Amino acid sequence: MQVHKYDVVIVGAGGAGMRAAIESGQRARTAVLTKLYPTRSHTGAAQGGMCAALANVEEDNWEWHTFDTIKGGDYLVDQDAAEVMAKEAIDAVLDLEKMGLPFNRTPEGRIDQRRFGGHTRDHGKAPVRRACYAADRTGHMILQTLYQNCVKHNVEFYNEYYVLDLLIVEEDAVREDGTPYKQKRVAGVVSYDLASGELHVFQAKSVVFASGGAGKVFKTTSNAHTLTGDGMGIAFRRGIPLEDMEFFQFHPTGLAGLGILLTEGARGEGAILRNSEGERFMERYAPTIKDLAPRDIVARAMANEVREGRGCGPDKDYVLLDLTHLEPAHIEAKLPDITEFARTYLGVEPFTDPVPVFPTAHYAMGGIPTNITTEVLQDNDTIVPGLYAAGEVACVSVHGSNRLGTNSLLDINVFGKRAGIAAAEYSKTADFVELPEDPEAMTRGLLSGLLEGNGTERVAQIRKELQDTMDANMQVFRTKESLEQVLNDIEKFEERYKNVTVQDKGKRFNLDLLEAVELGFLLDMAKVMTVGALHREESRGGHYREDFPDRDDEKFMKHSMAYLDSSVTVGSSAESVAGIRLETKPVVFTRYEPMERKY
Amino acid sequence: MTTEMAEPASKIELPASVAGDGEIPTFHITLRVRRYDPEVSEEARWDDYKLTMYGTDRVLDALHKVKWEIDGSVSFRRSCAHGVCGSDAMRINGRNRLACKTLLKDLDTTKPITVEPIKGLPVEKDLIVDMEPFFQSFREVMPFLINKGHEPTKERLQSVEDRERFDDTTKCILCAACTSSCPVFWTDGQYFGPAAIVNAHRFIFDSRDDAGDMRLEILNDKEGVWRCRTTFNCSEACPRGIQVTQAIAEVKQAILARKI
Repeated sequence: MQVHKYDVVIVGAGGAGMRAAIESGQRARTAVLTKLYPTRSHTGAAQGGMCAALANVEEDNWEWHTFDTIKGGDYLVDQDAAEVMAKEAIDAVLDLEKMGLPFNRTPEGRIDQRRFGGHTRDHGKAPVRRACYAADRTGHMILQTLYQNCVKHNVEFYNEYYVLDLLIVEEDAVREDGTPYKQKRVAGVVSYDLASGELHVFQAKSVVFASGGAGKVFKTTSNAHTLTGDGMGIAFRRGIPLEDMEFFQFHPTGLAGLGILLTEGARGEGAILRNSEGERFMERYAPTIKDLAPRDIVARAMANEVREGRGCGPDKDYVLLDLTHLEPAHIEAKLPDITEFARTYLGVEPFTDPVPVFPTAHYAMGGIPTNITTEVLQDNDTIVPGLYAAGEVACVSVHGSNRLGTNSLLDINVFGKRAGIAAAEYSKTADFVELPEDPEAMTRGLLSGLLEGNGTERVAQIRKELQDTMDANMQVFRTKESLEQVLNDIEKFEERYKNVTVQDKGKRFNLDLLEAVELGFLLDMAKVMTVGALHREESRGGHYREDFPDRDDEKFMKHSMAYLDSSVTVGSSAESVAGIRLETKPVVFTRYEPMERKY
Repeated sequence: MTTEMAEPASKIELPASVAGDGEIPTFHITLRVRRYDPEVSEEARWDDYKLTMYGTDRVLDALHKVKWEIDGSVSFRRSCAHGVCGSDAMRINGRNRLACKTLLKDLDTTKPITVEPIKGLPVEKDLIVDMEPFFQSFREVMPFLINKGHEPTKERLQSVEDRERFDDTTKCILCAACTSSCPVFWTDGQYFGPAAIVNAHRFIFDSRDDAGDMRLEILNDKEGVWRCRTTFNCSEACPRGIQVTQAIAEVKQAILARKI
């Protein structure tokens, strides 16, 4: 058994993981494990910007940013967390600038800022210029800048080490009120070295999960092939709950049919959505801020236009993003990458022709529950000492039921930094937790089960069918029937998954095996998302139930918490689904009362 | 090996203005993949796969079709699938490109489409190479901002013109398409290679950086910029359209100007 010992182990090397590593690496012995190379992480695909109330180009303040974030999340946001994020946003941007990030500049040489969906002046009066950006490759610049600074600080990376298990031990403990409970403690992680096929155990005082999202449960998605919900899945399988997983964001402007992201910054720069009649339909759905309404509202409006027969194209199944009235030089300067995507992948010239777009699965608002210090919660109140999570894998919750554009790049920087500091400081005071006996046992079982089986089912076929049913039934519009359909389908997929075949039997770069493991996580995550969606009989933010079209604060102004629980054996219904127990957690309010959400 | 005509790997409906009569053809290709797995054999070989593909499919879609429907052991790296993560640089019909950015319809489909690993880096398995020597060169040019002045309370100022000066080289995604297309790099493993120089350029010409001299000193080394023979392979290979040869020339000029 190969055992490595570090004070801090960070799982994932995207924005959150590397931001954490820069802090942790200077305070404690730190290793970063990633299933890719750091610069391949999907932070690099983010485009439009990172909001902070710098007020470089017009009046702004962090309180307005806090309000927009809470309203954007349809009041399911924990308000203390949103305040932290909006307040620390300013330093987060300045930190990046000092690290070398090449932001676009104003004529005065300050960081330039532009408009973005849902970000407004004075509590919704008009769009505000709050997004700091570098053309339409802000995420690329953040990822590169953070990697550069990791190189500067000699951060130790284990590239293509795929973490497959979280080592947790449980101790008997007693709550203040005298009730006994099992206190979880983190001992480390188990990873699979893709190059050699060997398992490596990393014993650590602190573990930070920063492994990103799970967009590949959907077919049409802006997410990378590698975003398969591994981190969420690993934690879930080890008894950590997942919070608010029913809330998944569909980004309005994916390239039609492909899902490739076209930044909201395009609309920030003046682009307009049109239906088959040439109408600027967002004027009907959000009269004040129109095309710059939050993503859930725009995505729903687009899907509705298509549903009511005003879609474009031979099958009337998309709408158009119109940039043709903008100056080509302006587009070239501010939006060079997305115009190239349209040319390369659809053969459309955005200077002269509108671009076909349709909502694309983009971002998991939910994830591993944490407090504002990024400590992971094992239930509503109890932290797991030494375990942290930040970025898309986590749910703080700053995004509530719908994330505002740019707030994810902000989230990874603010909470990535907090996680790195907290994990390193904790490791200075803590001892290693003794590894459980045979720590690799579960991982070895998982891999050998897949490798040695004589199955006939193809991974890609099950995955495709999963993605198809998720697109058809769990997308922008949902009903009880559509969600039950998904759960019935997943039940069958789970059976077939037991009979899956891995053709590659080798040890070296066995990516066939990797995809089989990933499918297991995808199935788990799709199920948790759908169970949450079935149970939440209301419409809020990114979750829209046609059979319950209104927000219901009385019954559902609370986070959902899904636990793996094998004692739940009843089949598919809103109340109980085999293997999953649903509980709730109160939303944190500070100063904002829920209001009707209009734009 | 032949697959039956199955569903195309992806299917999109283009607007009539783009697609003409709206019908996008499917077509047949032969994908010829360089295979190598030292666990099986020390010998590399070519495997041919006959595929039916759709008009908007990319080389990556063809590779996925092989891996997902025919032979799961075919190994290659990929992640974002739209040209920003830099995972899937490979030699396609003898030219370095990203598989996810190369549309099949832009290649000659009457002949087999060859796919090989990028050159000059040790092959690990099939299309996967050892990237460590590449990242080692990157790290050696000190690819991070070094500023010796006091930290301002707000951002450092930078004019629009100063920001524009190094814009081209900020686009690098470290895919290694340029470095592994360079004949000097193929024959001399010690050469820094174009990508490392591009990333040095990104800081040398950043008005906020104070360590340009140190980087120029590093690149003035015998394995530095002077090894470049200006064959332009790198500029042609760059999937981000970076003028790599020009960036190298600017670094050469900066070294000379500094000596005067």
